[in-house]
This record gives sequence, C-alpha cells and structure tokens, in this order.
Amino acid sequence: MTTINDIVGYGNRSARARMGRPLAWALLALIIVITLLPFVWAIRTALSTNPALLSGEFDFTWGNFKRVIGIASQEEIQESAGRVNTGELNFWTSLRNSVIISTTIAIGQVFFSSMAAYAFARMQFAGRDRIFFIYLSGMMIPPIITLIPNVIFIKNLGLIASLPGIILPFFLMTPFAVFFMRQFFLGVSRSMEEAAMIDGASHFRIFRSITLPMIRPQMITLGVLTYVTAWNEFFWPFVVAPAEESVQPLPVALQVFRTQTPGNSPDWGGLMAGTIITTLPVMVIFAIFGKRIVDSIRFTGIK
Amino acid sequence: MTLWILIGVTAAGSLYSMTRPPSLDGGWRAAWWFLLPSLIGFLAFFLIPMIRGIYLGFTDWNALSNSGEWIGPDNYTKLIDDAQFWNAMRVTFWYVIWNIGTQTVLAITIAVMMDRLTKSGTVRSLILLPWLIPNLVAGLLFLWLLDPNLGLVNDILGWFGLGPYRFLTSTSGVIPSLALMNTWKFMGYTALLIFAGLQTIPKNLYEAAAIDGATEWQMMRRITIPLMRPVLALVMVVTVVGSFQVFDTALVAGGGIAAGGIGGPVNASKVIYLYIYQNAFVFFDQGYASALASVLLVFLMIITAIQLRLFRANESDLA
Repeated sequence: MTTINDIVGYGNRSARARMGRPLAWALLALIIVITLLPFVWAIRTALSTNPALLSGEFDFTWGNFKRVIGIASQEEIQESAGRVNTGELNFWTSLRNSVIISTTIAIGQVFFSSMAAYAFARMQFAGRDRIFFIYLSGMMIPPIITLIPNVIFIKNLGLIASLPGIILPFFLMTPFAVFFMRQFFLGVSRSMEEAAMIDGASHFRIFRSITLPMIRPQMITLGVLTYVTAWNEFFWPFVVAPAEESVQPLPVALQVFRTQTPGNSPDWGGLMAGTIITTLPVMVIFAIFGKRIVDSIRFTGIK
Repeated sequence: MTLWILIGVTAAGSLYSMTRPPSLDGGWRAAWWFLLPSLIGFLAFFLIPMIRGIYLGFTDWNALSNSGEWIGPDNYTKLIDDAQFWNAMRVTFWYVIWNIGTQTVLAITIAVMMDRLTKSGTVRSLILLPWLIPNLVAGLLFLWLLDPNLGLVNDILGWFGLGPYRFLTSTSGVIPSLALMNTWKFMGYTALLIFAGLQTIPKNLYEAAAIDGATEWQMMRRITIPLMRPVLALVMVVTVVGSFQVFDTALVAGGGIAAGGIGGPVNASKVIYLYIYQNAFVFFDQGYASALASVLLVFLMIITAIQLRLFRANESDLA
C-alpha cells in the first residue's frame, strides 16, 4: 500500500530523489572536508621540520611543539626550525593569562548577568521594560565606537597593560548574557518561587536557594560560551596591553610570534604548532560541552 | 568623569533603595541590588563610552597627552577629503559583498541539506568547528594555506592546471581571499541558525506541495524562503554588521607573511577597522579615529534599518 510518506519526500523513492540524494550527500561531504582540511593540514605542518616543508616534503618531528612551549633542546630547535634563532611564543605566561582572563570573565559575567536577568524576568519595578530595551540596544553597538573611550577610562583608572584592565569591561555584564538568561527565566515555571514567596522568603533567599540551583545547566552553557569568547578575544587585549608580554593572552602572543618570523623564510612549523596549541583548550571544551553549544545556537537564534 | 558618574548613580540608587519603605512587591527597592552590578557594567563600558566616543569625534584628542580640545566639525571636514577613508570604505564594502554573498548561499544550502539528509549531531558539531577558533588563528591558518609558493590551495589548484595565484599578496586577490576565509569560518554557524529556523516550518506544507507535484526547487522558492524570512532577516542583520567589523584576519593575513605594514599590499586590504585602529593607536589621533568610528556607527544603523525594512522582519507569512 502506498502511504503518504512514499509519495512525499522523506525516504522518497521517486526517480528525482534517487538522483538527488547521493548528489546532496556528496556535496555535504565536500563541505565537511573543506571545513576540516585546514585543521588537518595545520597538524601535518606542525609535525614536520621546516627545511622539509620548504621543499614540499614531510619529515616528522615533535620539535615545533617543543619549541613553542619552550622545552626544545638546541639540537631540536636546529632540526625543526632549520636555524638556531627562532621567534618565541611566550607560551606558559600567555597560557596562564588566558586561563585567568577567561575564567574570571566567565564567572563574573554569568553570575552578575543572571542576577540582572532575574530582576528583569521576575520582579516588578517602574521602567523595567524600558531599561531592558536599552540593554538590548547595547547589543547593536559596534565595539569600535566604545573602544577608544574604554581605553581612556582604563588608562585613567591606572589599569592599562594589566590583567584587571583586560578583564574589567567584560566582567560585570554583556547585553547578550543578560538577554540569554532572561529568555531562559521566562520559559521556566515560577511556581516554586511563588510558593517560597508566600512563605515569606526574600528575593535574595529565593534567588540563592531556589532559582540558582534550578538554572545551573543554563549557567554552565552561558559560562562555556563566555569562556570561549573571552579565550578568542583579540582586539581588546591587543590595544589595551600592546607591548606588555607579562599580561598578554595567547592570541596576542601568537600575533607577536607571527611578526617575529622572517618574511623570506617563514617558520611555518612553529606558527602552526602555535595555532594548534592556542586552539587546543577550546577544542577540549567543545569535546566536553559540544552538545550544549550546538543547542544554545538554536535557543538564542530563534524565539 | 566616567568614574564619578558611576559613583553618583550607585550612591543615589542605594540611598533610595535603603530609605524607601518596603512594599509587598518590592519594586525598585528590591530590584536595585540585583541590577546594580550589570548597571555599573552597562554604564561604564557600553552607554557612557558610546556617548563619549561620539563626543571625542569633535575633539583633537591625542593618545600620548591623553587630552584634547573641542574643535567642532573639523574632523568631519577632514574626513570628507580623506582619500584613505574612502579607500577603506570601498575596500570594506567589497569585502562584505564577497563575504555575505558566498556565506549566505552556502549557509542556506548546508542548512537545507542537513534538514533533508541528516539531523546528526556529529555533522552539526563538525561544521561548527571553525566558528570556535579565534579569528586570529583562522587568519594564520589561511596565511599558510594560501601561501603563493608552498600553500596547499595552490597545490590543489595545480592539479587542475590552475594557478599559482597570489591570493593575499596581490591587490585584486587579497579582499576576496580574506572574505572567503571568513566564509569558511562562519558558514557552519550561520547554517545552524538557519537550520534552527527550518525546524519551525510545518512539514505538512511540503507534503501538500509534493502531492500537487511541486519540485524541490519550487518548494524552496514558494515555501522555505518566504516562511524563513524573519529568520533570514535576523541572520542577515547579524552577519552583515559583523562582516563590516573585520579586523583580526586582515591584520594577520593581509599582504601575506612578508607584509611590511598594515592593510597591504598598498592599502588593498586596509579595511575601515584597520584604518581606525591605525589612526588611534599608531598615529595616536584618537579624535579623528572617533570621528571615523562615529561615521561607521551611523552607517551600520542605516544599513540595519534598510535590511529590516526590506525583509519586513517583524511579519511572518505563516500567520
């Protein structure tokens, strides 16, 4: 018997579909290959010595990785880089800075934005929706217009070229974080909170003992997104701590490393090892929280 | 100045919330403490800087002396005659056209294919990977892949008898190369946004169309695109505004590995963000840089308004 599904499409057996589906799969496969190839090629490059790369060959070595994290012996430097003097990726200091910056921003931003979102979603006060709308408009402000005044402000606070100076603008809130959490609060039943309120609990009490435990999964999702964003941020630390190696996060250190490489015989092995090592923590986070991140895109994009 | 405003707001609000008699719903008295941290953050790093940024555009603020005087519209008269500014706008426009054109087509294609072929989480994760890496890292990856002598892309094109091309080191190649680099990085993310929108279209519409003998292409044009319009509008606004703000990749890859200055070769990749950065932090002329940023702000607002109008973003054909 012919069912509606046979006529219609999904699992379609018509001539068109038999032609179309393998073609579509091939196209999708091609797109996935294009997506992944740069990563594979970077790994291959990082595992080869520079002299071999220059002649289009491959010669296995761990030297590039050892070099960028600063544990290579003189021979390994010579072998992998093809010369004695190479640029230096200030790896351990930058890694420490990146971890401090991203962790602090993620914790602060998620916590304070959740507090604000709680007020916007659960409390009554004059001008509430107007203030929330102004916050939302903040999402539309291109960072370039606030960049120079923010640098001047940080300079006047005496925090230029310091870790607090890099962290501060993202520590208390971003409009996106408040929006994300408020969206979520609106979809959660408030019966538990109302019961607590009838029992005479204060808003602080309710927020701490009922709401926070309930929204933990969403706070983790937002925390992961914030962490990755902070880890990848380049422009702000680049302008606020341009020449201060002791506070630079990894992407800025990578840019410094790139400018040190000689243009006529670039240290491709070292550069690719640096990019892989910079990206690795994000990949680990993605391996653990990938589903959350993918789902959050559906959650924030629509509705 | 910013600091004094913040202290004033904090003190006044706290005083108000502590002296007001408590009422049943709490009102501002209770909400104040929940809002305070985010309010400080919003005022200090979003609202006040934006107003101040526009103000600085009317001064000759210098980064080294950290001071400046009101000079009226001088920066703007200078800007009109500044060939470098017009070059930057032209280059940025060209970049946006290449980037948004390719990215939107690819993202829609990927989203539709995922919708029809597979809802696999693995596929969705894989195409999202480039979105997760720093822009700077993407720039470095392609600096290597597009290298005129040793790069993989020229190798592959060579199999088909093409090239070698000077992608990042020629004036005509650098902007399309940077734009396609960005497309590589964001097409998966954009596809997922669109994919999420596709899930909201009722499946019975397709069933009805198939019974009436509609082709895939007709269904795409008559059902998918019209019903997706609000989602596409949102995606277009976000990606276009984002595309105008290209900086990291142009800084690291524009002009190739041996590039001497910013935005090479010969200013062919000096996008507006690079030009503003250069004025503010290389020439220390932060007054002029602020004027440039203000122009960009107004420009992006106009573009957004036009897009929302064109797409009639607030109405859906589903109703």
